[in-house]
Amino acid sequence: MKKEDVPQDLSSLGKITKEVCYATDKSGKYVTELSKGWDIKITALDTHWEEIETRVSIARQKVLNNEASPLLFFMEKSLMDAEILAGYAGLWKWQVKRHLKPEIFKKLSDKKLQRYAEVFNVTIDDLKNINVHEA
Amino acid sequence: MKLNFEHLQSAHCENGVTRSLLKNIGINQITEPLAFGIGSGLFYVYIPLLKINNGPVIAFRPMPGLIFKRTCNALEIPVVRQKFSSKQKAEAFLNDCLNGGHPVGCQVGVYYLTYFPKEYRFHFNAHNLIVYGKEDDNYLISDPVMEKTTSLSTYELERVRFAKGTLSPKGQIYYPQTGALITENQIKKAIVSGIKKNVREMLNIPFPFVGVKGIRYTGNKIKQWRDKLGLKQAGLYLAQLVRMQEEIGTGGGGFRYIYAAFLQEAYTYHPIDELLEISKMFTESGDLWRTAAVQAAGIYKGRLGSQEDFNTMGNYLIEIADIEYKAFTALKNIKWQ
Repeated sequence: MKKEDVPQDLSSLGKITKEVCYATDKSGKYVTELSKGWDIKITALDTHWEEIETRVSIARQKVLNNEASPLLFFMEKSLMDAEILAGYAGLWKWQVKRHLKPEIFKKLSDKKLQRYAEVFNVTIDDLKNINVHEA
Repeated sequence: MKLNFEHLQSAHCENGVTRSLLKNIGINQITEPLAFGIGSGLFYVYIPLLKINNGPVIAFRPMPGLIFKRTCNALEIPVVRQKFSSKQKAEAFLNDCLNGGHPVGCQVGVYYLTYFPKEYRFHFNAHNLIVYGKEDDNYLISDPVMEKTTSLSTYELERVRFAKGTLSPKGQIYYPQTGALITENQIKKAIVSGIKKNVREMLNIPFPFVGVKGIRYTGNKIKQWRDKLGLKQAGLYLAQLVRMQEEIGTGGGGFRYIYAAFLQEAYTYHPIDELLEISKMFTESGDLWRTAAVQAAGIYKGRLGSQEDFNTMGNYLIEIADIEYKAFTALKNIKWQ
């Protein structure tokens, strides 16, 4: 890539910092150039976030239909899977998977619920009622 | 307390951490491309069957920590490196390092990295930054992908050092020991060993989905994605490929350019004309990675979508594999003096 072809499409990262790119100058020698972002990357990221929003709304519907416990909603919302959530909650992955079932989630002790609530930065009540506080 | 430390921005976090930490102990010769090349930073793997963020697992880089480790090993610089099971011990060790006058590299997760924009914060645990001081409750941070230095509170730093999930950092901390002096001869030798190792990793690992073969394998897979996954899902997979390829701290196209820059610098140590020729091949490959990303964007934006478009996409990767096969083979055949 030539230095003058380094893309300058402002991304949300570009507002905070430019990125270093390696590109060639007129003599073909590599130099560094700062980039504000690249449209192709921005849309890749947007596509990914649209997908996440879809997953979150499907999860919300599943919770409302009593097909999944509220954990599914918060897990999707936090871009986690059962393994990551287990890591943050200090539980085993198989436990998290069990707790995704509504009938088992309903029987959980406040102590267990508190662990999840802390991971998602909500109260136990919010956790049960899928209330989100946008930070 | 604030250590005397110069913040340098770089294209890739681990190169940057390596370069800055070495510079800090008086080794000024190691530029970002040299760190990348000596550390054998080019890699490729497509892991079939496994999924991350609900998409395919594609990595363009070796395991976190390897670039730093290999560069220091090749230059015979002793390294201190530690992981922790206890958060308290991890913090105490960090404070000891700072009190002892060592800025340190830390492996961190990006999800809770407060100074990144929200859109970029995923559960990605292979980011690297440098801690170079502490003022009140704030650690002073030199993150190589940022233009300027920044800071994290004790709690924020602990949270990213103990991020969970794949490749969890477990508080990993590292720094080179002071006192090493590097001769030009050592750099010359390190360049050769770095290139040889990279040739082996891209050409000789006997799995079909690793190295240059892996790029070709992915190209052939992509041609089947439309039928197998449906247009929507296939588009999401391609968006994931582009994010893995071009996003901060990773990089497919960008990495080829850094490697091309490395070969130009290698030439100043080893004046062998082939190095410049091969450098151009990596530039060509980098350009093609970017062309492939544009094609992928056409598909995930919905502008393109026929089987023909997927074939074109797959063929770009196959063409890249052909170029890189030639380039690495040429590197393998260089007669080093």
